[in-house]
Amino acid sequence: MSARIVPLADAIAELVHDGDTVALEGFTHLIPVAAGHEIIRQGRRGLTLVRMTPDIVYDQLIGAGCAAKLVFSWAGNPGVGSLHRFRDAVQHAWPAPLEIEEHSHAGMANRYVAGASGLPFAVLRGYLGTDLPKHTATIAPITCPFTGETLTAVPALNPDVGIVHAQRADRAGNVQFWGITGVHKEVVLASARSLVTVEEIVDELTPMPGAVVLPGWAVTRVAHVPGGAHPSYAMGYSDRDNEYYQVWDKISRDRAAFQEWLTGVMA
Amino acid sequence: MTWTSPLMTWTADEMMTVAAARALRGDTRCFVGIGLPSTAANLARRTHAPELVLVYESGTIGAKPDRLPLSIGDGVLAATADAVVSVPEMFNYWLQPGRIGVGFLGAAQLDRHGNINTTVIGADYADPTVRLPGAGGAPEIAASCGEVIVVVRQSPRTFVDRVDFVTSVGHGSGPGDRERLGLRGQGPVLVITDLGVLEPDPDDRELTLTRLHPGVTAEQAVAATGWKLRVADGVTTTEPPSEHELSTLRALTATKEKTP
Repeated sequence: MSARIVPLADAIAELVHDGDTVALEGFTHLIPVAAGHEIIRQGRRGLTLVRMTPDIVYDQLIGAGCAAKLVFSWAGNPGVGSLHRFRDAVQHAWPAPLEIEEHSHAGMANRYVAGASGLPFAVLRGYLGTDLPKHTATIAPITCPFTGETLTAVPALNPDVGIVHAQRADRAGNVQFWGITGVHKEVVLASARSLVTVEEIVDELTPMPGAVVLPGWAVTRVAHVPGGAHPSYAMGYSDRDNEYYQVWDKISRDRAAFQEWLTGVMA
Repeated sequence: MTWTSPLMTWTADEMMTVAAARALRGDTRCFVGIGLPSTAANLARRTHAPELVLVYESGTIGAKPDRLPLSIGDGVLAATADAVVSVPEMFNYWLQPGRIGVGFLGAAQLDRHGNINTTVIGADYADPTVRLPGAGGAPEIAASCGEVIVVVRQSPRTFVDRVDFVTSVGHGSGPGDRERLGLRGQGPVLVITDLGVLEPDPDDRELTLTRLHPGVTAEQAVAATGWKLRVADGVTTTEPPSEHELSTLRALTATKEKTP
């Protein structure tokens, strides 16, 4: 077994430090929720959290007081409604003030692409005419040197730590994932350090339709965490727990109910 | 509210969804948001437009779900899609160059020129009255799809004179704004509500009431709008939902309740 493969708690202790910029990604699928809970348990503070779609796991990290800043493009409980811990932090600074840096999906995706590509920024047709550039310093106009057309530039995202969940890894630490792959590849390659939690460790990665493979040497640590994406899902291993998204709406609405949930995670 | 024809009863939301579904035709490639737009697009595919290509921002192109997805990333979308692509590929290769015909969007606030707010309610961005989820894919969907259809319930709280925040550009402040900004799609061509349908005036791009759903009066639509809503000469009435449309819609929404 490769030395790259370690227990989840060891990986978080080694890779995630107070004040780091940390991206847990997974576009509705393969979300590394268990890794987020481990960050909460280890009491990390002052994190800049980056994620295109902050949903339940970021609501939990924000409510637990781990975050100082959120970089994102859509913060909600998908198919259900609002993120109440996120709203409480933005509207009432509870449990701590939360600075925000807000983008669109196209902008965030391109920022990861630039980060993975070793470029300082990305160019897109985006944000034109919206109010986002007035409030987000990391959106700027740029003139095409060939046509003179005005486009939009966004700086690369290069998190200290990128964390994703995947279906499986082999014993050498090569990682394989399929289905909705989101920005998995980009965030791992853009980050200084990375962790992939997996459903299963196998002898051999057999081909799967549409699968992406990340060579083990491109990943810092792999942890075996079956069910680590719950309540999101891992195609071929689990179904999305839609009911939990509804349950979370009730827990997160109320500070006391949230604190009780938090006590359960810390135990 | 519910309405009754001699044979059937339907709700205002059902009429809105049916009207939205009818706006999608043939083999249009349609960028679908979750919620009302997704319900309408799935209804269209099950009734008059079986060739409709449903594109979800999670990267699923040509999804053919057998039940209503609860999120844009449901496994059923990936499992039934013609192609599943990464999120950067979705936005850069498929949306940005104008390959998608129709963008189907919702709104928390919408103004007289069809500009959309899904970011904050309140004048102060730093200290909002209500913090909403934010932009997601909408700004670029509104910019780059061939045309945009907005599906939203009509009320003075939602239909406002000026949006508190422009998340996605409709017709800006009037004619020529989209061209000046370099937005390549046509922008909102239809706003479909639970009361009727609004369309931009061809001259000044202001949203104008052009159609009322059966049983709704122009006065009701005007009262549900936060600006002085213009009513077009010769407003037409939406064809009531057919029995087939209603039964298909109800079967579809029942699958959502049962989704595992």
